[in-house]
Formats: sequence, C-alpha cells, structure tokens
Amino acid sequence: MTPVQRPPSAKLLVVDGDGRITHARRADFIDYLEDGDVVVANDAATLPASLHGVHQTTGQPIEVRLTGRSSLSPADIVNASAVVFGAGDYHTPTEHRPLPPPLLSGDRLLLGPLVATVTGMLGHPRLVSLHFEGTPDIVWAGIARHGRPIQYAHVPTPLEMWDVWTAIAGYPAAFEPPSAGFVLDWRMLARLRDRNIAFVTLTHAAGVSSTGDDELDARLPFDEPYVIPPATASAINCAIAQGHRIVAIGTTVVRALEHAATALGRVRSGAGVATQRITANSQLHLVDAIVTGVHDPATSHYQLLRAFADERTLRRAAEAMTAAGYRTHEFGDSVLIERGVSTLKTSAGFPTDRWSLSGQASAAHAL
Amino acid sequence: MGTFDDLRVLVTGGTAGLGLAVVRALAARGARVAFVARKPEGVERVARDLAGTHGIVGDVARKDDIYPIALQALGELGGLDVLINNASDLGPASLRLLADTDCEDLERALAANLLGPFRLTKAVLGALSASAREGHRAVVVNVSSDAAVNAYPAWGAYSTSKAALRHMTAIWNAELEVDGVRFLSIDPGDMDTALHAQAVPDADRSTLKQPEDAAREILEAIATALPVPQEQRS
Repeated sequence: MTPVQRPPSAKLLVVDGDGRITHARRADFIDYLEDGDVVVANDAATLPASLHGVHQTTGQPIEVRLTGRSSLSPADIVNASAVVFGAGDYHTPTEHRPLPPPLLSGDRLLLGPLVATVTGMLGHPRLVSLHFEGTPDIVWAGIARHGRPIQYAHVPTPLEMWDVWTAIAGYPAAFEPPSAGFVLDWRMLARLRDRNIAFVTLTHAAGVSSTGDDELDARLPFDEPYVIPPATASAINCAIAQGHRIVAIGTTVVRALEHAATALGRVRSGAGVATQRITANSQLHLVDAIVTGVHDPATSHYQLLRAFADERTLRRAAEAMTAAGYRTHEFGDSVLIERGVSTLKTSAGFPTDRWSLSGQASAAHAL
Repeated sequence: MGTFDDLRVLVTGGTAGLGLAVVRALAARGARVAFVARKPEGVERVARDLAGTHGIVGDVARKDDIYPIALQALGELGGLDVLINNASDLGPASLRLLADTDCEDLERALAANLLGPFRLTKAVLGALSASAREGHRAVVVNVSSDAAVNAYPAWGAYSTSKAALRHMTAIWNAELEVDGVRFLSIDPGDMDTALHAQAVPDADRSTLKQPEDAAREILEAIATALPVPQEQRS
C-alpha cells in the first residue's frame, strides 16, 4: 500500500517574500531554497498516543489522547497531560464525540496493559493530568503495544505507526506527527547536501492539532517541551552570522527556535518548554521561511503563519490553493512561505537592508 | 570517558548465544543497552540479571512488532547510537537441500534474517542519523556468516538470506556513510550456540568458538568504526 503521507502527486504552493504565488510540485521543494540556507526539521517520532480503555469508577468506555509531557526525558513518560473522550473512536469527528464520564482526581483509568491515575483536572472536563503506574520501561512497553496513532475522521482506515513517522523520525516525542516533515525523504536530504544546504534537526513534542472542543482548541497549542542539539544551534547561528536564511520545516520548529531565541538574535541549545503563541503580532527573531501544511484559518497553525505574511497575502494564498484543489490536513499538500518583507526580523547582526522599507513598498504593490 | 560509556545500543536476539554475550559485554563496558527477544520469560531473566538493561519482547520477523520494538528502544534509551541485528533463523528446523526446502521455511529465514533487519534499520534510522548529526556516533552491525559467501550444500535458506543481508549492508553503507552512519557486516565464525547445534547437532563443541570471544570482536569492530569521543581528542 502506498503510504498516505507521501503521495507522489503532492503539491507545494510557494509564497515569496514579495507575496508572489507559484504552484510547484512538493518533490521540487528544494528548488525554492537558496545556497547557504539552513533547513531545520523536527525529528520527533510520533507516539501512538490514543489509548482506549475504561474509567474504573463508572466502567464506561473512554479514549485517552496524550497531549503533553513536562520534558523529553525518557523517565518522564510516566506523567502526561491528556484529552479524554467518551465512547467511540476516530470514525466520529472529534466535535461530535461525547464527554467522558465526570473525572475526578484519583480516578483510575484502565488502558489495556496500562493503569493511569488522574492527578489533576486542568480547567476543562476533558483535560487531565495523568500518572501511569509502573517503571518507565513498563509504560513505554504499554504505550508501544496498546497505543494507536491519534487519528481524525477524514482518514477512514486505521493509521499505522509507519504512516505517522516521518523519514527522519528519531526520539518518540510527538503526540501527532510533525507532518510538515513528510516533505522530506532521504533522496531529498542527499540533494540538500549536494547543494550545500545544511540540514539540521531539533526534537519538539508536537501536540494535538485539534480536540473538537472550541474552548479547548482556543487553548492550543499546549506547552511543548523541546531539545535543540548544540550542533543544530551552532549551524543556525553560523548561518545567521553570514546572512543566510533559516528555513523551518513545520510550525513546531518555528515555535521551538523562536522560544530559544536570544536577545542577540541567536539560538540557545538545550532543553526548553515552548509556551508562547506565535501570531500576527509576533516578531520572528530567527526563522526566514516555513514549509507547512494547508491550514484552516481557525487553527493556531494558521495564526502562526500570520507572523510570516500579512492577512491579505495569506488570503490570496488560500484562494489559490482552493482553486487548485490543494488538500488540507496532515497528509495533504504543502506550502512554503518566505517571511514577507513587511514582517521585519529583529535579529541583531542581520543585514537590515535586506528587509528595507522600499521592499515593504514593493510588497504592498505586489498585493 | 571510554568508547562505550553511555553509548545507546539496541541488540536483537539478546537473550541467548552471541546476542546475550554482546549484551553482557556492552553492559559491562558502560553502554546503555536495550535488547529484543521473543520469549517474555527470557527477556525478564536477562533484564533482571543485567541491571540497567532494557528488555523488549518482540519478534523481528513479524512486521507488526517492528515499530513497537523501535518505539520502546528509542523511548527508553532516549535515542540510538548503535543497532546490532543479531537475531537469526535457520529457516527449516534442520539443514535441508534446497530441493527439499519448503517455501515457508525460506520465507521464515528471509523474514528474520533480511526483512527484519531492513525494517528495524529503517525504523531507527532517523535516530541513528540524529546521533551522527550531533557529532556522536552511529553504527549498524549486521551479523553475517561464512554461509553468506560460500555455497554450502543444505544451508540454502539461511545462506541465501545471509548473502542478501550482507549485500544490503554494503548498499546501506554506500548510501549512508556520508551521513555518518556506518554499516558493518561481521561474520562471528562457527560458535557454540543453539543455532549451530540446530544446524549441526553432532558437531564437536570443543572445536567451536565461544560466543564471548565473538562478542569481544564485535565490540572491537564497533569501537574502530566510531569516531573518537570528543573528550579524548586533541
């Protein structure tokens, strides 16, 4: 079966810094990069974070979707935050899924081989913190054997692990696939090297993209831990010093890098927890371009894109994609957005003439 | 810091024979080891005997076991530096001429000795390459056999699968060495193991190599393939 994540026909809409729109094949993505660019991807493998089971007190069926952890340390797998649904599975759209039975601190959730205790309610009847019984190894084994990839109703057949791991997936940290990474395969990595375009990775615990509950969705994205390896930080800082571009594969990369940005416009290596929201009002310190999926304007992913391009440009891009039949959702088509000349990067040491006011004027003209 | 200190290693077939000897040797030298075997009681026994190792129950010949194995190994070790594809299956229960070999037995040898290592390598390749990008070290050892290069009558199923694995190892290496991931095919020699006894029940065991000796050679090969740890440079 052809993996759903990499249809050879996938499309790429390119929005350049002047707001010009080009239709391309996603396989040709690197033709739109510049020599010296640094491509940064999220190498998190995706946990099978959907755990079916029962609420012990009432005996009612539930589905637990893990959504967060406090750090990426292997031992921290025993503590997680989760969104809990009542009866049913992914075939029912999340917005139609019933609430779970009322949950209280101390309740036990029996999830196949795993037993989790509710350790706190997080301000919503669906959102809890959990503690899994047993050693970290027992919890990893239970998730590996019993968990299923979190899935939405638009994909009718059950997703397998190989559907949700990108080609570069490493440490299992994500709760849903860092799906922009589906653009990458090993042939493309070899081509990047041939073109002297550096490829580096960070690991970021991409959380759920939707819960189906407006109140909860308004709180997305939840806090997400990440780790930026020293080699990655060093490649990025070196490129910035030389005036080269930083190209993020996915919103999670933007969130991690911008969270780890220093006042001097450089990136720190090490572990952190990204807590910020990136919106139209956010100034980007490090990232010059983003490759991402086709996002609905109601989502936090779309709001993040407004830091790269103004609303009018994004609307034109959305119209172009609708007209050309681009597929939304995590296994759909992609978009490459260069940071608009009107959205100034604040990085110190960056050649400011690159984002001059005259550029801003021509962007306005292009619109 | 020694070569193996904190090295994250996954060993398949880790509860008996060569695999167990490799797990023991790695643990003794400070590596962080996860190992895979099919039988839960064997996995529990070895994990109990070798404190700090991570036992994983699974069968590399089964497609549906690969991702659960990879998830546990990568999760428990926090990534991966070295994969040792050691688990092997003779194919038929005892040596057979090819003309007498059931197709299903050839399929079993290919599933365990070729497809399993291929699938598991693919599943952990992202982690191995991440290790290489971070300037650490990444090595895949595929355990081979002289039967991979010599046409011994009656070893057909095993021999064919090991020959294919050996060639696949060379291709992996040609493609990925530039990314910092080395692939080694290592023939440990005729050892005093259950697999050898299954193939040659009446062998004179005193003439066979001890798995511990072969394990030591495998660790030496890995150490040679790894870059010198940063602390020892300059």
